[in-house]
Amino acid sequence: MSTMINMVRSLAAVAALAIATPALAAGAKVEIDYQNWSFAGPFGYYDRGQLQRGFKVFQENCSACHALSRVAFRNLAEDGGPGFTEDQAKVIAADYIVEDGPDDFGDMFERPAILADRFPSPFPNEQAARASNNGAYPPDFSLLAKARAPQRGFPNFVFDIFTQYQENGPDYIYSLLTGYEEPPEGMEVPDGQYYNHSFLAGQFISMAPPLYEDSIEYTDGTPMTVENYARDVAAFMMWAAEPHLEDRKKIGFRVMIFLIVFAGMLYFTKKKLWRNVEH
Amino acid sequence: MVSAIFFAREIARHDAGYRCKLNRFREDATLAHTDQAEPNRRDFLYIATGAMGVVGAGALAWPFIDQMNPDASALALASIEVDTSAVEEGQSITVQWRGKPVFIRNRTVAEIEEAQSVPLSDLPDPLARNANLPADAEATDANRGVVGKENWLVQVGICTHLGCVPIGDAGEYDGWFCPCHGSHYDTAGRIRKGPAPENLLIPPLEFVSDTTLRIG
Amino acid sequence: MAGHSNYVPQSAAAKWLESRLPVISLVRGSFVDFPTPKNLNYFWTFGGILFFILIAQILTGIVLVMHYTASTSAAFDSVEHIMRDVNFGWLLRYLHANGASMFFVAVYIHIFRGLYYGSYKAPREISWILGVIIFLIMMATAFMGYVLPWGQMSFWGATVITNLFSAIPLVGETIVVWLWGGFAVDNPTLTRFFSLHYLLPFMIFGVVLLHVWAFHTTGNNNPTGVQPKTKQDTVPFHPYYTIKDLFAIIVFMIFFAYFVFYLPNYLGHADNYIEANPLVTPAHIVPEWYFLPFYAILRAVPDKLGGVVLMFGAIAVLFILPWLDTSKVRSGAYRPLFKQFFWIFAANAVVLGYLGAMPAEGIYVIMSQICTTIYFAYFLVVLPVLGFLEKPLPLPASIADSVLKSGSAGSGTPAAAVSAPETK
Repeated sequence: MSTMINMVRSLAAVAALAIATPALAAGAKVEIDYQNWSFAGPFGYYDRGQLQRGFKVFQENCSACHALSRVAFRNLAEDGGPGFTEDQAKVIAADYIVEDGPDDFGDMFERPAILADRFPSPFPNEQAARASNNGAYPPDFSLLAKARAPQRGFPNFVFDIFTQYQENGPDYIYSLLTGYEEPPEGMEVPDGQYYNHSFLAGQFISMAPPLYEDSIEYTDGTPMTVENYARDVAAFMMWAAEPHLEDRKKIGFRVMIFLIVFAGMLYFTKKKLWRNVEH
Repeated sequence: MVSAIFFAREIARHDAGYRCKLNRFREDATLAHTDQAEPNRRDFLYIATGAMGVVGAGALAWPFIDQMNPDASALALASIEVDTSAVEEGQSITVQWRGKPVFIRNRTVAEIEEAQSVPLSDLPDPLARNANLPADAEATDANRGVVGKENWLVQVGICTHLGCVPIGDAGEYDGWFCPCHGSHYDTAGRIRKGPAPENLLIPPLEFVSDTTLRIG
Repeated sequence: MAGHSNYVPQSAAAKWLESRLPVISLVRGSFVDFPTPKNLNYFWTFGGILFFILIAQILTGIVLVMHYTASTSAAFDSVEHIMRDVNFGWLLRYLHANGASMFFVAVYIHIFRGLYYGSYKAPREISWILGVIIFLIMMATAFMGYVLPWGQMSFWGATVITNLFSAIPLVGETIVVWLWGGFAVDNPTLTRFFSLHYLLPFMIFGVVLLHVWAFHTTGNNNPTGVQPKTKQDTVPFHPYYTIKDLFAIIVFMIFFAYFVFYLPNYLGHADNYIEANPLVTPAHIVPEWYFLPFYAILRAVPDKLGGVVLMFGAIAVLFILPWLDTSKVRSGAYRPLFKQFFWIFAANAVVLGYLGAMPAEGIYVIMSQICTTIYFAYFLVVLPVLGFLEKPLPLPASIADSVLKSGSAGSGTPAAAVSAPETK
C-alpha cells in the first residue's frame, strides 16, 4: 500500500513538473510590474469602462501605427466585450474608410466601414510599415496580449497552475508602456531607439514613449495618467486577443461543478457495485 | 445517450439480482422485501447517476452541433446594399446575397401588365412568398413588386424545385425558365408550369434612398 | 477476443445475426463478460482514459477541420476565425490543443505503470510492442498537428524536426527535401502534414484494437503480476470496470477541463500566436512539453548524427525491453532493488524534460549527458543485470490470496461474498 501512495505522490510531482516546463522557455529576464486585472482568476470578467477607455487610447494614440486587423466593428457590440451598443458601434465604424470592390467597372473604391468590416490597417503591408517607422515593424494588436509572455521562472510556473495566472501578456504590455526611463550611467542608446527596462527583445526599443499624461481625454473621471492609459489599453488588447474569455470562464465554472458532482455520484455508484468484492 | 440509459439500467439490474442473493446473508428483511417491488434508495443512486450522464452528454453534444450553424462573420454579412441607378427599364442585374444570386429587375410596363392580367386562379402557388408581407399574402403582381416601386422585382434567383438558377427572359411566360427540370416563371416570378412548387422567393428588402436598395 | 462471452442469443433476430456475424458476442466477450483481475488499481484506468481521449481528439478534430484551411496563406487566419467567429470554436480548439497534452499525460502514466508492474514481460510482449508503436504514431500525429496553426513555433518546430533527417549519411538531404516537397517548410509541407494528421489517429485506433486484442488473449496483468488462476481472482469487466473506468475518466475530465477553461494557453507557447515568418527564428525554439525529454537526449550529443541516433534509440530501446529485463518476477512490488532503480529512472525522465526546456549551454549540456546515460543504463545495464542479482520478495499464491492478506478487508464480510457474484 505504501508503494501505491509513494507512486501516486511521485507521479503527481512528475506530472506537475512535466506539465509546467514549457512555461520556463519563453524570453529573457525583464522587469514586470504585475497588475490586478478584473479578468484574472476563475470568475474574471472584462471591465466595460476599462475596455472603452482602452479602446479610446488605441484609437487616438496607437492606431496610427498599429493594426487591429482581426477585430471587426461588430465585435465592439458583442457580449463580453467593451459593451458598446450596436448603434454606437455603427457610428464608430462609419468613421473608418475601407477599400471595397471591384465595382462594375473593375475599380476598387472606398466606402465607410460597416459592422461586418474589420479594422482597416494603417499600412498596406509590412514593408510599408517598416518604411514609415525607421525600419521597425509595429506589431498588429489583435493577438499581441497572447503572443508575448515573459519568463516566469521556477517555482512560479508551478504555482501558476494553481493561481491560474494567465495575464503574462497584459502585465508585459503594461510594464513595457510604463518601462521607459533614462538609461543607466554610461550606456549608449542607439540612434532612433529608446531605453526600456521591460522590453523582451533587448533593452532598446524603436517605439518612442507613446503615452503622456493628459494626452487622451477620459470622460468618466478616471485620472488621465500614463499608468491608467497603459493599464486600460493592455486590458483592451487582452479582450482583442481573447474575446470569448468571459464565456469561457462562465461555462468553465458550470462544467467544473457538473463534473465534480457527477464524479461524486459515480464514486458512490462504483463503491456500491464493488461493495462485496474484496480488492 | 441511449447507451447511458441502457448502461444505468444494466447496472441496476445486475445489482438487483445480486442483492437478492446477498440478502440471504442479511437480517434486514424489509430491504429484501422492497427489493422486488419498487425502486429504493440504491436504485435511485443508479438512476440519478445515469440521468446526470445523459444531461452531461447532451450538454457536451451541443457545441459540436452548434459549430455547424452560420458563424458570427457569416451572420454579420446578412445584409447588403445595392445601387440600382444604372439599371434601365427592361434590364436586370444579379447580385450576391448570403451566397445566393438575387435577381433585381426593372420591369417594363408591358411585363407588369402581363403579370397583372393573370387571374389568381391560374397560379399553381397562390401565395406571394414575399418576406416583407404576411405569409398569407396573395400572389398579386402588386404583392410581388417592391412596395411603392412596383416596376422593381427583386427575388432570390433560386428555383424553388431543387435549387438551380433560372435563366432570365426565357420560358413560355416571358419570365424565367429553369433549365434543370423545366420550370417556367412569369414576369412576376410566379411559377406557372413545371415541377417547382412555389413562386420565386422575395427577400427582405427596402429602398433606403431613391436608388439604393438594401437586401436583408 | 470473443472467447469469454456468456452470451446466448434470445430473440430470433439476435440468433439470425449471431449465426452470420457474431458481433454481439464479440463485444460482450471483450467488454462485458471479459474476466478481469479484481485487484487492478487506479493506474489501470488510464487505458480507458486514453481510449476516451483518442475518441475526444478525433471528434474535436473532425469538427475543427470543417473550419480550418490548410494553406500557408490562410491557415493562421482560419484558426483565428475558429477562435473568434465559429460558434463554440474557441472551446473546440482549446479542447483539441489541450487534449493533445492530456493524451501524453495519460500515456506517460500508462507507460510508467507498465514499466513498474512488468506489463511488458512474457506473455504480453506483443501488447507492449504495439503500445510502443501507438506511442510513435502519437508523437508523429502531435508533431504534425502542432504545425497546422502555422504560427512561429509551428513553422520553426517543423523546420527543426524535419532537419533531423538531414543527419542521415548520404541520403539525408534528399530525404529532407522529399519531406518538405520543396527547399524549405512551405505550403506542400503544410498540406501533407494536414493529410497525415487526419489519417494517423485512425491508424492509432486500429493499432489500439490490436493492442487490446493482444492483452485480452493473454489476460490483463495486475499489481501482483501473478496470473489469475480461478474465478475467485477475476470479476467480469462490466459493470465492475466499466463503472470504475467511467469514474476515472470523469475525474480526469476535471483535470482536463481545468486547463481548457482556466489555463488554455498554459501548455502552449506564446510565439505560436505570431504568424509563421520564414525569415525570423524565435529566440528560443522549444518543442511541446511532451517531447522535451527526447529533445534533451538529442542535444546531449555534440554530434548531429549521434544526437539523432540516440533520440530515436531512446524509443527503439523500448521495443526490445521485454527481452532486456531478465527477472522472472513481473511486478515491481515484489522487487526491492528494482523499485529503487525504477524511481531513479522516473525522476531522471523528469529532469530530462526540464533540461529539454533549458538552453543547450554550460551546465545543462553536462547534466543532459549524465541523464541520457542514466536513461540508457536503466534499460541496457540495470534491467539485464538486476534479474541475476536481486532476491525478490515471496509472491502471493494467487490474486485472491494477496487481496485477503493485504488486510484492507478486516470488516468481517462473509467469505462467500468475496467471490465474484456469478460464481454462485
